[in-house]
Amino acid sequence: MSSSKSNKSNRSRGKPASTLPLRGHSAVNIHEYQAKELLQSFGVPVPSGSVAYNSTQASQVAEELGGNRWVVKAQVHAGGRGKAGGVKVVSSLDEVKKAADAMLGSRLITHQTGPEGSLIQRVLIEQASTIRDELYLGFIIDRASQRITLIASSEGGMEIEEVAKTHPEKIITEIVDPAIGLRDFQCRKVATAIGLKGKLMPQAVRVMKAIYRCMRDNDALQAEINPLAIVGGDDDLRLMVLDAKFNFDDNALYRQKTITEMRDLQEEDPKEVEASGHGLNYIALDGNIGCIVNGAGLAMASLDAITLHGGKPANFLDVGGGASPEKVTNACRIVLEDPNVQCILVNIFAGINRCDWIAKGLIQACDSLKIKVPLIVRLAGTNVEEGRKILKESGLTFITAENLDSAAEKAVAIVKG
Amino acid sequence: MSVFVNKHSKVIFQGFTGEHATFHARDAISIGTQVVGGVTPGKGGTTHLGLPVFDTVAEAVAATGADVSAVFVPPPFSADALMEAIDAGIKVAVTIADGIPIHDMVQVQRYRVGKDAIIIGPNTPGIITPGECKVGIMPSHIYRRGNIGIVSRSGTLNYEATEQMTALGLGITTSVGIGGDPVNGTDFVTVLRAFEADPETEVVVMIGEIGGPQEVAAARWAKDHMTKPLIGFVAGVAAPAGRRMGHAGAIIASEADTASAKMDAMEALGHYVARNPAHIGQTVLEAMRKQGIAIR
Repeated sequence: MSSSKSNKSNRSRGKPASTLPLRGHSAVNIHEYQAKELLQSFGVPVPSGSVAYNSTQASQVAEELGGNRWVVKAQVHAGGRGKAGGVKVVSSLDEVKKAADAMLGSRLITHQTGPEGSLIQRVLIEQASTIRDELYLGFIIDRASQRITLIASSEGGMEIEEVAKTHPEKIITEIVDPAIGLRDFQCRKVATAIGLKGKLMPQAVRVMKAIYRCMRDNDALQAEINPLAIVGGDDDLRLMVLDAKFNFDDNALYRQKTITEMRDLQEEDPKEVEASGHGLNYIALDGNIGCIVNGAGLAMASLDAITLHGGKPANFLDVGGGASPEKVTNACRIVLEDPNVQCILVNIFAGINRCDWIAKGLIQACDSLKIKVPLIVRLAGTNVEEGRKILKESGLTFITAENLDSAAEKAVAIVKG
Repeated sequence: MSVFVNKHSKVIFQGFTGEHATFHARDAISIGTQVVGGVTPGKGGTTHLGLPVFDTVAEAVAATGADVSAVFVPPPFSADALMEAIDAGIKVAVTIADGIPIHDMVQVQRYRVGKDAIIIGPNTPGIITPGECKVGIMPSHIYRRGNIGIVSRSGTLNYEATEQMTALGLGITTSVGIGGDPVNGTDFVTVLRAFEADPETEVVVMIGEIGGPQEVAAARWAKDHMTKPLIGFVAGVAAPAGRRMGHAGAIIASEADTASAKMDAMEALGHYVARNPAHIGQTVLEAMRKQGIAIR
């Protein structure tokens, strides 16, 4: 098998940046070269290589690495790089330079980036490996067992969900007891099941345990090694991580300085980054009804209600708990940065929030942002009477709604004229 | 009757002297909750809201006989607070914090194995039995006593459904928010089992969200083990595709976990489903009429 297979193997990757309107744990991503540095610090074998920011640097790196075959890999958070031309195997320093030149500054469009693609600003230069076989290793936090679970397969280098679909018997799982940790025997069991034996067995145990520790100690939500390659000659078989994808828990960043420093905000949607800086969870959508809601569940339900009335939401925005007037103002500003927004539906059912704070925030936002689009406001829950009173006495024009259904209906009626 | 908490529950607040804890302790007391004190390490021996403050949960339990704790501790310290509560013999610990690191909850879930305690949350509004006991942050005035059990992942959507039901003259036995985090203390099935065993609860409403296999697993369990009708809703039909936890997570969850797929599955299992979030109350009312269950 040649290394060309590995070049097509950077596929099974999670969607970068924001993951989902699931509350709490959204994923922070890092680049492949950073993931490999992290793994290396836990003793996991990775190819010799280094990151480069320009093509001169790239060929210097290749020269220092030595050898006669190198891989130039575009460093963007999105998966699907191989297929999209973001991975090149080359066999001269000149070709390294050319490949790096072609990649750097261009936009890589993969099935995960959307049509606008991702700007390539860094490339990873590695010594090319001669690959004998490709395996898959992943660690996730399994919702059912509520524990870290090791997933392994003999079928590396392809999308793992494809394997799960076509050959479910080739997906091996092993649950880790957090009080005991991943034991050697568990690793041997998994290694045997994915066809590792002989000299590769002790290596497999070391690699699996090291990745487990790396995931746990860095508060990763997920670690995916695809492929874990078998490289080397007959009497020198070795395991090597050829690609690695990590997601980290943003709720734990306060105690993970290394990961925080690795974060590349240019890879993330600038509006989503800005929103999260204000404690808001914002996801842009393609409709024209702006949404400001508290709680992910009610926010999703509000999108559903708008859609059921025949409208299209412009965004998902959860202001969270403890929404201060400043937070509400920021939410309005971020929503209004989208030029498609023709009205804003504010749906607040306050528990830990207070309707009076929300009302004050809306008035402050109208004042400081000079909001021109209609605001449809539905307030309910804690301090609702005070909130409604503040809106009424403000002298500003708010379209108020008594419940979710009428709020959605009024918003849709406005955009439909 | 009710589930998990009632008028006999003796409630303490961990992080008692904080702003939110103070606000909601007052509200809890106003609806009749037996709040017996609180814990704020370093403030033991003082009083707050006229109630004793202790340094540790163990002291609070020894002095007051508390069996329920409302954990209002910031996320970085929540896991420790939960384990302290369980260690001290608290039977129901409710953690409202949003933002507890997931690995901390993995540890908490391991810690409670073999111990007789229920953890509600994290990232939950908590639990309320109207007129008897509130442990959480929900606006208690929207809840009215009746014969419906409600369980949800989302807090605000729970309020939404409750308000719709209240407006139609429907009331609840207990409302349980299990929380929106992927690793949480109590799952749907645990709560459904409690509602099935509660003589006062005659019908159960379950409100879910996209992602994860929980709702369908619970609907399946309900088909085999529940005599009481179940009404389901799952939020997120209009949520953008592909914006969810990465690939490896989807492998183990073999269930299709879109909102529509979950609601289809619930319906196929013979449960009532509200397809519109604004029609949850109406769907419950119709289901009760059809089943001949008294509206109260």
